[in-house]
Amino acid sequence: MSEIKIENVCKSFLSKDGNVDALKNVSLTIESGDIYGIIGMSGAGKSTLVRCMNFLEVPTEGKVLIDGKSLGDFSKKELRKQREEIGMIFQHFNLLMQKTVLENVCFPLYIQGKKKAEARKRAAELLEIVGLSDKQKAYPAQLSGGQKQRVAIARALASDPKILLCDEATSALDPQTTSSILELLKDINQRFGITIVIITHQMAVVREICNHVAILKEGEVVETGLVSEIFNNPKSAVARELIRKDIDSGAGGGRIGTQPLIRSGEIIRIVFSENSAFEPVIANLILTFHEPVNILRADTKNVGGVAKGEMILEFAKDSENAEAMKQYLRERGLAVGEANDYVD
Amino acid sequence: MWTKEVINMIIQGIGETLYMTLVSTLIGYLFGIPMGVLLAVSDKEGLRPNPVLYKVLDVIANITRSIPFLILLILIQPFTVFVVGKSYGSSATIVPLVVAAIPFIGRMVESSLKEVDKGVIEAARSMGASDLRIIVRVLLVEARTSLITGATIAIGTILGYSAMAGCIGGGGLGDIAIRYGYYRYQADIMVVTVVLLVLLVQVFQTVGMAIANRLDKRK
Repeated sequence: MSEIKIENVCKSFLSKDGNVDALKNVSLTIESGDIYGIIGMSGAGKSTLVRCMNFLEVPTEGKVLIDGKSLGDFSKKELRKQREEIGMIFQHFNLLMQKTVLENVCFPLYIQGKKKAEARKRAAELLEIVGLSDKQKAYPAQLSGGQKQRVAIARALASDPKILLCDEATSALDPQTTSSILELLKDINQRFGITIVIITHQMAVVREICNHVAILKEGEVVETGLVSEIFNNPKSAVARELIRKDIDSGAGGGRIGTQPLIRSGEIIRIVFSENSAFEPVIANLILTFHEPVNILRADTKNVGGVAKGEMILEFAKDSENAEAMKQYLRERGLAVGEANDYVD
Repeated sequence: MWTKEVINMIIQGIGETLYMTLVSTLIGYLFGIPMGVLLAVSDKEGLRPNPVLYKVLDVIANITRSIPFLILLILIQPFTVFVVGKSYGSSATIVPLVVAAIPFIGRMVESSLKEVDKGVIEAARSMGASDLRIIVRVLLVEARTSLITGATIAIGTILGYSAMAGCIGGGGLGDIAIRYGYYRYQADIMVVTVVLLVLLVQVFQTVGMAIANRLDKRK
C-alpha cells in the first residue's frame, strides 16, 4: 500500500505582487518503505510540497493521503495526532537552543504524554542509535552541524514515525558530514522500515540513497521514476542540468578537458554500468567504424551502490556513421542520449 | 544635619522604593506576560493571527504608553482611591505604576517572543505540538534570555517612575528628594537620594544581566 499519495495538489500564496503558484497540479505516489527524493532548483516548490505532506502548508486544491486517509478530513486534534507519525528534519536543524540534547529529544515524547523518567530513558536510547550517547548533557550550541542534525534525527524518531520528511537536511553540511548523515538515514530506513522523503537540490544526495525521484520545476513535476533510470536516460532538460551539475561538483571526477577547435559534430551522452565496463567499447567502436571519436568528458559515479560511468562523446563532423555508432553502443548495453545542449 | 531622623528617613525611603518597584514589577508581569503573549500570537506572523485582537491590544498599549506618567498618576487617582482607599503613600503609588507597567512589559514580552526562530516553532508544529504547548515550552523557554534582559530594563524604568510619584506624596526616595531638595533647598539630602537611586538601578542592572547570561545556553 502506498504510504503517501499526493493528488492534484495546487498551492498558491498571496504576495505583494499578486498570487504566486508554488505548486501546480502535483501528483505523486510514495510507496511504503521507500527512500524518495524530490529534487529541483531553488524556488521549484520542493519545500512547499514536503510541508503539504504533514499539512504545515494546507494545499489550496487537491488531496494528500497518508495510508489512504486524507489529511484534509482531519480535525485539528486528529491532525496533530497524525503529525506524531510523520517525523521531520530541517536544513537548519531547528533545535531548542536553551535545552540540552537529551531534553530536545524528549520534547516529542512529552507531547505524547510520556512521564519524564520514561521519556529520558527512550531519548537516551535514541541518542545511542544516532551515535551521540556522550552528548546528552550538551547544549546544541556546543555541537557541530552534523551532530545537530543527528540530534534532530533522534528527535524525529522519538515518536516512532512511519514517515520521515527531510527538508534540505544536508544542505548546510560539508560533503563528508553529508555522507555520514545519508548513511544514517539509509540505516534507519532499513532497520525500522521508515519511509523517507528527501527534499534536496543536490543530485549527489538523490544518487547516493534514493530509490525513486521526482524532479520539480516551477511547481510542476517534470519527471518521476527510478533514480537509476533517470540517471541513465534523463528526459527533461532540468534532469540533465542537475546531473551535469552533480558531475561538475564531483571531487577528482576524472574529468577530461576539451579542445574547442575540434568540436563540431554531434554530441552524445553514454552511460555504462559495471557489466559493460569489461569490454573496451570506445576503442572497439573506433576500430570498427574507422572514425575518430572525441571524448569530451568521462566520469564515474556511485548510483545507489552501483558504479555508473558517464561519457560525453562527440562524433566527427558530418559523420555518416553516427546513427550506426549509436546503435553499436546500445547493442553493448549502454544508455545513449542526446547531449547537444552540452556546454563545457 | 545628618541626624538619626534623617538617616532613618532615608533608610525607610529605600525600603519604600524597593517595595513599590518590586511589587509593581511583579504585578506588571502577572498581566504583562499574557498581554505580550497575546500580542505575539495574534500578530499576522504569529501562531494564530487575529487582526482584531491584535489591533485592540495594540491601541490599548499605545494609548497607555503615550500618557506621561506624571499625568497618569493624577488621571487615575479616583481609581487608586477605589482600589487602595487613599491617594498618597507607597501602596497607593503601586496602582498607577502597575497601570503604566503592563503595556510597557507587554510590548517588551511581545518583542522577545517575536525573536524566537520561526524554524523551531515549525519543528514543534511538525511534531504535533498544540499552540499552548508551543507558547509554554518553546516561545517562553527560547526567549528566556531576552525576557530577563527586558525585565531588567522594566525594573529600571519602574524605579524611575516610582520616584516621580514623590510629586504627589508617593513615598520612597523620590518623595524625599522633592520634599527636601525642592521645597526646603537641602541639596545635600537630594544628592544623597539621587546617588542611592542610581546605585539601585546599577544593582538591578548588574544582577539582571548576570542572570540572563548565566541562563543563556546559546554560547
